[in-house]
Parts: sequence; C-alpha cells; structure tokens
Amino acid sequence: MAITLEEVRHVAKLARLDLDEGEIVYFQSELNALIGHFSDIQKVDVSGIVPTSHAVVMQNVWAEDIAEEGLPRVTALRNAALHRAGLFVVPQIIED
Amino acid sequence: MLTGLSAFEIAAKVRAKEVSCVEVAQAFIDRVGELDGQYGAFLRLAPEVTLEQAAAVQERVDRGEAGLLAGVPIALKDNISTLGIETTCASKILEGYVPPFNATVVEQILAADGVVLGKTNLDEFAMGASTETSAYQLTKNPWDTTRSPGGSSGGSAAAVAAELAPVALGSDTGGSIRQPASLCGIVGFKPTYGRTSRYGLIAFGSSLDQIGPLARNVEDAALLASVTSGKDPRDGTSLPNPPIDISSLKSRSLKGMKVAVPDEMFGDATSPEVQAVIEEAMKTLEAEGVVFTRVSIPSIKLGVTTYYIIAPAEASSNLGRFDGIRYGLRAEGKGHIDLVEKTRSAGFGKEVKTRIMIGTYALSAGYYDAYYVRAQQVRAIMQQEFAQVYQDYDFVLSPTSPITAFKIGELNQDPLALKLLDYCTIPANMGGMPGISINAGFAGGLPVGLQLLAAPLEDESVLQAAYAIEKALPGASGRPPMP
Repeated sequence: MAITLEEVRHVAKLARLDLDEGEIVYFQSELNALIGHFSDIQKVDVSGIVPTSHAVVMQNVWAEDIAEEGLPRVTALRNAALHRAGLFVVPQIIED
Repeated sequence: MLTGLSAFEIAAKVRAKEVSCVEVAQAFIDRVGELDGQYGAFLRLAPEVTLEQAAAVQERVDRGEAGLLAGVPIALKDNISTLGIETTCASKILEGYVPPFNATVVEQILAADGVVLGKTNLDEFAMGASTETSAYQLTKNPWDTTRSPGGSSGGSAAAVAAELAPVALGSDTGGSIRQPASLCGIVGFKPTYGRTSRYGLIAFGSSLDQIGPLARNVEDAALLASVTSGKDPRDGTSLPNPPIDISSLKSRSLKGMKVAVPDEMFGDATSPEVQAVIEEAMKTLEAEGVVFTRVSIPSIKLGVTTYYIIAPAEASSNLGRFDGIRYGLRAEGKGHIDLVEKTRSAGFGKEVKTRIMIGTYALSAGYYDAYYVRAQQVRAIMQQEFAQVYQDYDFVLSPTSPITAFKIGELNQDPLALKLLDYCTIPANMGGMPGISINAGFAGGLPVGLQLLAAPLEDESVLQAAYAIEKALPGASGRPPMP
C-alpha cells in the first residue's frame, strides 16, 4: 500500500501542517519507507484478539469531587504570544 | 572530588554536615560550566533556582530534618515541567515556554530535599534514539565525543556519565532511558507503567511514556525511583500501589534465579561484539547460580512495527495542543487555521512532523483498522506471550541495544536505520513492564548494556536482581576518559 502524493497532502491537512511541494515529496518517501515496513503485522492471525490500549488495566478511575483553585488567570496567560483583557487573542474565526 | 560521588554518598555527607548543600550545588554548577561545552548535555542551568533550593535544604539539614535526597542535585530531561524554568522538549515550538507548575516528580524530588540542577537535551519531543533531532544542539557521548549518547534521554545519560550530575531523570516511551544508559555505560530504569506519575511530563505516547532514573549505580537509580513513585491523583493512569520499596534492595541472591533469554533479542541484528559481552556476563552469572533458559517470544519481531504505529498515533493526538494560541511559538496567518498550520510547520522539526504524519495516517478513515487496531491487537499478543514467560521465569535478559554507541550522523539519513534497533527495549513499553539497563562490559572501548525485564509491578524484584548482578560483575562498569 504505497502512499500517493495526494494522500500525503490530505494527511498534512488533517495534521494541520502547511507543507510546500518539496516537503510533500520528502514526506512521501519517509512515510513509504515506514509503511513498507509495517506490512509484517498484516500477516499476523489476530482473530479473537481484543485490542489493548494499556499495559495495566484500570477502569473507572474516579477523583474526589472537591473544588480546588485553578491556575490564576494571569499565570495561565503568561505563556501566550498574544493576550488582551485577560483573554487569549485568536484570529477571526467567523467570516464577515 | 565532590562531583564524583554517588547520590547516596552526597546525601550522607550533607546529613553528616561534612559538606553544605550550597557547596555541593556550586560544585556541580561549576563543573557543568567548565566541561559541558564538550558534551552538550544540558540545554540550560538555572543557578539562581538551584542555589536557592540548596540553601533552603541546608536550613532543614541544620534542623535535622533532611530527606532522602538531602542536597543531591538532579538533572531533568527537558520534557519534564519545572516551575519557573524554561521547558522546551528541545523543540522550537516551545522556545521560551516557562511552565506555571512543577511535574509531580519534581515536587517529589523537592519534598525529599533534592535540588534541581538543570534541564538536559533530548530528541525533539523525545522522538529519536540519538538526541540528534534536538532543535538546539548535539549531545556527545562521554566515552567518545564523536559518537552519540543514544536517546532520547541522551542529555541526561551524558550528564550522569560525565559526572556533571550524580543522577538524572529521563523518560522512556520505547527505550529512551535504557538505550542511552546502555550507550553511556550507566544504569537506566523504566518503572512499571503507572508507578511514576506522568503529570507534568509533556506527553508523547501516553500509553507508553514513563519517567525513570539514570544513575551510575543501581542503588542510586533505586533511590531516585523510590522517591519519584507512588499514586498521584493528578495522573489518571497512576497505579494505587505504594512507592517503590527499596528496603530489601540488597537482599536478593543470584542462586536459583530463573532467567529467560529470548532468541529474538539475540538475532542477526545484534552485533557479534555486543553478543559476546552479554554472553560473557551470562557465564559469570551462571557461575553464581543464575539459571538461563533460551526461549522464543515471536511477537518481539513485530515490536518495531507495532510501536511505530501506536506511538506516532498517540503523538499525533497529543501534539495537537501546539496551536500557537496558548503557549509557545505563534506564526502569522490569514485566519485561524492558517495560523495554526504555519505555527506548527515553523515550530516542529522533520522527525516530529514525520511521526505526526504517520500517526495521523494510521488513525485516518480507511486505515484505522489495518494499522492502529491491528497494532493494538499485536500489542495484546505480545503482552500474552510475555505473561506466559513470566509464569515460568523471574526475568527476561537481553542486550539493551544491539549495537554500541554509533557515530553522530551515521544513522540519521535512512528513516528506518535507527528505528529498527529498538527491538530489545520496545516490549517493556508495550507490556508496561519494568526494565533496567546496567553495564555488562565493553566492546572496542565502548560500553555494552544488559537489560533485565520483569512482569508488571515487579519493580522491586528487577532492582534487587540488577543490584546483585552489578555486584557479580565488578569489572563491568568504568569511568569515561575525562577530567
């Protein structure tokens, strides 16, 4: 299953990466090298095997419902490149 | 020299008031200033913070209240959040980011009267095995500065090997503590998944990541592991078990210890010189009463593929938070989406982009079942196969890395070359198992690490066995050539 340039563009869009044409070609070859290697697991008999996402199974981890102080607003904003009036500044999202 | 002492020795001298915490801290700050130009282990020190913490610890020492790490300076991999000290993950996207909180492990260190020495270099976002993908600098192996220290915790490993810090913390997602420990001739321990809190560890692969110690001997590694483990309500995957108990560290005998040796970790990819050192060590251990049995664990061969689907899939989701809005780099863009895309493209390096792309691909419609689900099924098979082995054996032994330290630049051109070398370390992350690397000897003047794995929650056993093995192989460790 070789990955096409079109698929690389699509994946870049999903991943929110703005790649130029040179990078698209570069990542096509990187991804194909890796995906080429991935074929070994396609041959494994996985019938009846339940996929596992964690090593040590834990379920229903509850936290006590206790109100705690969050980060002060001024601290939470300190690392933002742009903030104003106690809020993060983002570009306009809804078109005029 | 103060800087050549172990963490245990430093804490003892501080408690006995033979030396002050500030003197200890200053000695390490000076040594890093003097020598780290050769190694590039640290991304930054924070001497004011270090000396202030040292002075505060000294006050407690003077009152007779010193903790287990009394005055011990600790180097931290730069993906561990430190209040007031820049934390970058060696990425341009986090340049200038100063965490507003400490990771739980940092709080635990401070509560035990340890001192934060500085932040060490890593592969960008811990994605790599050579520390070459750092956006800032190369780190050199103290045994041969033309060679890589391994990675991704290469800065922490080089710092400890070069006596720039007595101990350090790293993080291990597919071998990132154990492999650099192996290549730098020191001890690296990855605890059972969930025994050490991940709160404040900037996430890479959340179901695999685990923080752990790097040290020059097993006792120091165990000490730091015990301080940095235990239930943390701020990490939902943190286990309810008590902290790692090291009170019986020295109690285990090698006599009758049952150790499985998987054929798949000694295959063609393992270099003959590494194999020879491990086999020599096994002979010595056999004479001490260890019973070795060759076994087959077929899924080990599928580990690299499974890992390079699951870890990037998790990373592609975790790294979604870097959008230029709340922290880190912000690029200009025409509208919101454009800003996010331009920020990420400017801020992430090539390896990180590759992994985000692979992970996004593996999770995307049409490929999810063929890659991600299947990888999780293979992960389940691997866990079952290892569980079977642990029914009959106490430990699994192998080389940590199939090769010794490689030349900087030697393996970073081919996208697969380095990744294919992770097959001995990956299973511990896939199965949540504790794993340790200790030095077994030398090949061509370079250290060779031996890895010991055990069933999940057997952290105490694996540390006890490693301690006994270290004692049985007295000629195995050494000091790199340095002042």
